[in-house]
Amino acid sequence: MLAFILRRLGTMALTMLCLTMVVFFMINLEPNLRKLSISQLDMRSSDEHIESWLVKNGYRQNFFVRYGQWLGVWPKYPNIDPATGEAVSRFTYCNEPAETRFSGVLQGDFGCSTKFKTTVAAKLFPALGATGILMFWVMVTMVPISLLIGILAGMREGTRTDRSLSVASIATTATPEYVSGVIFTVIFASWLGWLNGSAASATGQGITFYNFTLPVMTMAIYGIGYIARMTRASMVEVMTQQYIRTARLKGLGFGSVVIKHALRNALIAPFTVIMLQFPWLLTGVVIVEVMFRYQGFGFTLVEAAGNNDIDLLLGCSLVSVFVVLFTQLISDVGYAYLNPRIRVQ
Amino acid sequence: MEYIGGFQIFLGVLARFWPVWLALAIIMGASFVYKKKLGLYGQLFDSGVGIVGVGICFFWLFTAIFAGTIAPFNPLAQIPIMKDALPGAIDAASGQAYLFGGDKLARDVFSRMVYGSQIVLIIAPAATAFALMVGITLGLPAGYYGGRIDSVLSFLANLVLAFPVILLFYLLVTPGIMETPIPYGMAGLFFLFPIIFFSALFYTRFKNRPDRVYIQIGLTLLIGGWIYAGLVFNADPLGIVSIKPNQLNIFVAVVFASSPGVFRIVRGLVMDIKTRDYVAAAQTRGESPWYIMLWEILPNARGPLIVDACLRIGYTTILLGTLGYFGLGLAPESPDWGTAIKDASRLLRSYIHPALPPTVALMSFVLGLNLLADALREQSMKD
Repeated sequence: MLAFILRRLGTMALTMLCLTMVVFFMINLEPNLRKLSISQLDMRSSDEHIESWLVKNGYRQNFFVRYGQWLGVWPKYPNIDPATGEAVSRFTYCNEPAETRFSGVLQGDFGCSTKFKTTVAAKLFPALGATGILMFWVMVTMVPISLLIGILAGMREGTRTDRSLSVASIATTATPEYVSGVIFTVIFASWLGWLNGSAASATGQGITFYNFTLPVMTMAIYGIGYIARMTRASMVEVMTQQYIRTARLKGLGFGSVVIKHALRNALIAPFTVIMLQFPWLLTGVVIVEVMFRYQGFGFTLVEAAGNNDIDLLLGCSLVSVFVVLFTQLISDVGYAYLNPRIRVQ
Repeated sequence: MEYIGGFQIFLGVLARFWPVWLALAIIMGASFVYKKKLGLYGQLFDSGVGIVGVGICFFWLFTAIFAGTIAPFNPLAQIPIMKDALPGAIDAASGQAYLFGGDKLARDVFSRMVYGSQIVLIIAPAATAFALMVGITLGLPAGYYGGRIDSVLSFLANLVLAFPVILLFYLLVTPGIMETPIPYGMAGLFFLFPIIFFSALFYTRFKNRPDRVYIQIGLTLLIGGWIYAGLVFNADPLGIVSIKPNQLNIFVAVVFASSPGVFRIVRGLVMDIKTRDYVAAAQTRGESPWYIMLWEILPNARGPLIVDACLRIGYTTILLGTLGYFGLGLAPESPDWGTAIKDASRLLRSYIHPALPPTVALMSFVLGLNLLADALREQSMKD
């Protein structure tokens, strides 16, 4: 088991290395660099001005040198002031020291956000915390509801309950966040006035039922259908097993058979599915946070991408790729742990 | 400004869709009568879910085909007096009503919804078809040979799958990237797969019958090369096949994002099917590996692949909507549903009527495809 986890961690590190290099390459394409320098200078900068800014700040160094610097395996050099010949800090608003040093992701330095004029760490980690709260509430609502729907539908296959719940779950999987968000806002914020159509106040004044229900609802609804269907399939399969029939034949009630015998075995498959939902939830987070103006990870990602904020966007992609790969690992390990018939080599 | 009432709006919408109702009645009626002879498609008409799914899909298909007749107004035309008009407002100049009202740029919401279906129904199925080609062509050898080729291809597929879709789109679908050769290079690579696929398909089957193989491969290369030239180089000698750079960009990004999923499914199916007796029989006969993959394994994997294709078209529609919602790739005035939802959701506090038609349209189309996939799965389970 330990060897399996170690090998998976190795693959994970390799994947992250490849992906960050791809992201690094895409962000540093010529049009993107021009966009960045124009946003840092002003709209009417001449071509020479832009070019000199890019050279001065080290954007014209070799691709691998720059990637190595970001990673922390190649030294970062400070800018040299052409007038005095002294070393000066590259981005003063991040308090970058004016000396040659190894300072990259491996050393814990995520770089400097050119859009928010602060270090990436100072921007990214509070945003991740905010998203963590959102994700927590989404999970708290989504998982029990979807498991309940799945179990109710799957315990008696082919009944009217089963069919109507199945169609309902298909309907929720056909409702992406930007659709359900609009519909819920129209119903609950515009018509009924029960809930706030914006979660902007959640960042400053704290989370309340009034401003946080709509984002959580919107995100949960898309995932519910999928998890419920997987639970139903798993439940249907378990209910046809011999040991369920044995339990019924020895005179146990239907409810107790479902709860004591079927449930534990039927919940193994949904566990994997719930873990693998995280990549989907990441996209959902971006849409919901933009739609309800909640200052979390997704909001930061969109801002970073829209303004070509190189270091911040790299930080965001590192985090999201890590989340995806780590949940995959957990789902594999957890599956083997929950199901003793599976042995990992 | 004069208005028509709610009931008249309802009747007006029903009336505007008359070509769709006509076509639906003919197609559904004919399918229902001859369902015994129509194989898998005919079996769909045995279940309520299947009928509803097929009906919704055909509804949007016919809406896209007859969009010019259904829509009373040009989707881009602005009639200043109709800015933010409520549903049922009558345009004095033409005497026609804005059935679902006007948006903030004074365009007819109903006409935009109808024309939006065209964009979705062209890009989503086409991109899914290309993703299927790429996924099948790479998934067959990965599953059949296993070993190193499988490790490399699976690693690449997992690499793409580990990318959050939204980040991928922010990197791949930007105005800046169209100045670089990247989208064209990727298009050049992806659009090669259908040509390779069909050439291999015909070659392995008919290689001992030169009279047929030359014609078929010649036709594949001619038609494939013609479409390839039109799409990748925008240099169709006849000027029929063409695609705008931003649409090509979207197309490539969507194919890129969804082909690893197809690859994984195909790979899994092949690994399962290659242990069957008929594959062993073909191997004993001395058939070539590609013949076995394309003519023995692939036809037997078609059931799950058809179901997956239906779900995938729906998922691609959602992806297109996401692109529109973030204003990536599609032109800002484009009538597609995602862009319309983006524009309308910004103004939900003041007007809600422009937001509802595109959301309901997108939802119903994806729902139709999902119901269709569900019914297909049920039917294929029965056999």
